[in-house]
Amino acid sequence: MTVVALAEVASVMPADDHHARLAGVTRVFGRPGSPNCVHALGPIDLDLRRGEFFSVVGPSGCGKSTLLDVLAGLAKPTEGTAEFEGRPIDGVPAGVGVVFQEDASFPWLTVADNVAFGLRRAGVDAAEVTRRVDYAVGFMGLKAFAGAYPAQLSGGMRQRVCIARTLVMQPRLILLDEPFGALDQQTRLLMGDELLRLWRETSATVLLITHALDEAAMLSDRVGVMSARPGVFIDVLETGWDVDRDSRIVSHPRFGDLTGHLWEKLRAESLKHMREN
Amino acid sequence: MTREGWIRLLVIAAAVGALEIACRTGWIPMTVVLPPSAMATSLWDILVSGTHWNDILVSLRSVVAAAVIAVVLGFLVGAVIHAAPVVRGAVEPLLASYYAVPTFMFYPVFIILFGVGPGAIIAIAVLLAIVSMISATLVGLDRIPTVLGKTARIMRLGPVERALEISLPAAMPYLFTGIKLSVAYAFIGVIASEFILSGAGMGYAIAYAYNNFNNREMYGLMLLIVLVVTVVNTALDTVDRRLQARLRR
Repeated sequence: MTVVALAEVASVMPADDHHARLAGVTRVFGRPGSPNCVHALGPIDLDLRRGEFFSVVGPSGCGKSTLLDVLAGLAKPTEGTAEFEGRPIDGVPAGVGVVFQEDASFPWLTVADNVAFGLRRAGVDAAEVTRRVDYAVGFMGLKAFAGAYPAQLSGGMRQRVCIARTLVMQPRLILLDEPFGALDQQTRLLMGDELLRLWRETSATVLLITHALDEAAMLSDRVGVMSARPGVFIDVLETGWDVDRDSRIVSHPRFGDLTGHLWEKLRAESLKHMREN
Repeated sequence: MTREGWIRLLVIAAAVGALEIACRTGWIPMTVVLPPSAMATSLWDILVSGTHWNDILVSLRSVVAAAVIAVVLGFLVGAVIHAAPVVRGAVEPLLASYYAVPTFMFYPVFIILFGVGPGAIIAIAVLLAIVSMISATLVGLDRIPTVLGKTARIMRLGPVERALEISLPAAMPYLFTGIKLSVAYAFIGVIASEFILSGAGMGYAIAYAYNNFNNREMYGLMLLIVLVVTVVNTALDTVDRRLQARLRR
């Protein structure tokens, strides 16, 4: 196991290896100096390597989701710069897909129509839509439910619909905001396997926001640990797993070391958050 | 049919049967209430003779006009109020107490504005129905999950596409409840107004039959209104339940 400070990681990476980058990003809500002004995030520096699986863990309210919003182009940094594929992020960039914690499936559309929604909007021809939707629906194990409405599915299956909807758009950067937060532990492990399979299949860069240390340790190439608000990275951990990993690595001795290390880093920050709230 | 459906049908059949027996045995004099079988025969005669087809058409036309105006205007007003939180804060208490006002008292105003006839009738029915649509629109737009708005942004939908492809279908189950209520209020408004503001229509025909001691025709027409309202409401209810089922999570 190697634990490398983020600054060192960034300094040893070749420039063209950067897929997305945050430099000195802060996010402040409210007017500076006013009593309701909240410094939510940063300053944050982050270099996402092309094709890596990067997870972010941190205490509640540390700005994890704000960080994702900045990368998704849903929020502008108060200070600093955000880039995706060498271009400044201004609005939602093409090639970025997001899966949220909340159920974002469209209840008025069937599973297949949900998955096809973005493709049809993008003007992709009907045959190609059918091909890609069939593939994504099959890939996520939803083939038997293609004609079902989200209300007929379990929470885990609805989340799979949302992942399939993101997958068909063939994003190069997939941002996941605690996508399994509402699911039970067993389902989360299995969904983690599917996510790893999807990551290998698409070769996309993945950024996962999670509060589950075991999830981060199991899924990621690197895990960034954030401090209590205003969130900054206090550590970045290289997990050293093979690309072909799956949820069975939870029985690997190194898995315990990784989660133990993450908790060691996070404990003081979580206590700080608890005392402040 | 569900178990509840059978029980409902049994309750209705029992009530109709009890009324039939009460009337036939003379417990309720037939000069006061006709037995349901006589109402049904009268209704059949009305439909076959065609004497009231014009009244039926006049009423239904007014109901459709009032419901359409109430739904479209109610939705637009609701959407504008929803977009302006300050206006909403000021107006919402008024909407909440709106149905405490007996709308029919305004009928002289509408006679002055529209004259005796369909204009005044439709206006009263719209006045009665519109607030239910405004309220349903506010609830519907409130209930659109924030995450769907974020999803629309991720999919890079413009404001019009977002409104038509995300907000409208997401709010539809609630909007449809408003449509259902608007149709019900439009019926009430139109039929009740026809008693005082019209020379045609089912309400007018009932009042005319009553004034001429024509009990048979009066009860036949009443039964017709009950049946029409039940059929329309059942159809709307079926759609409503389907839409609501999609919300269940």
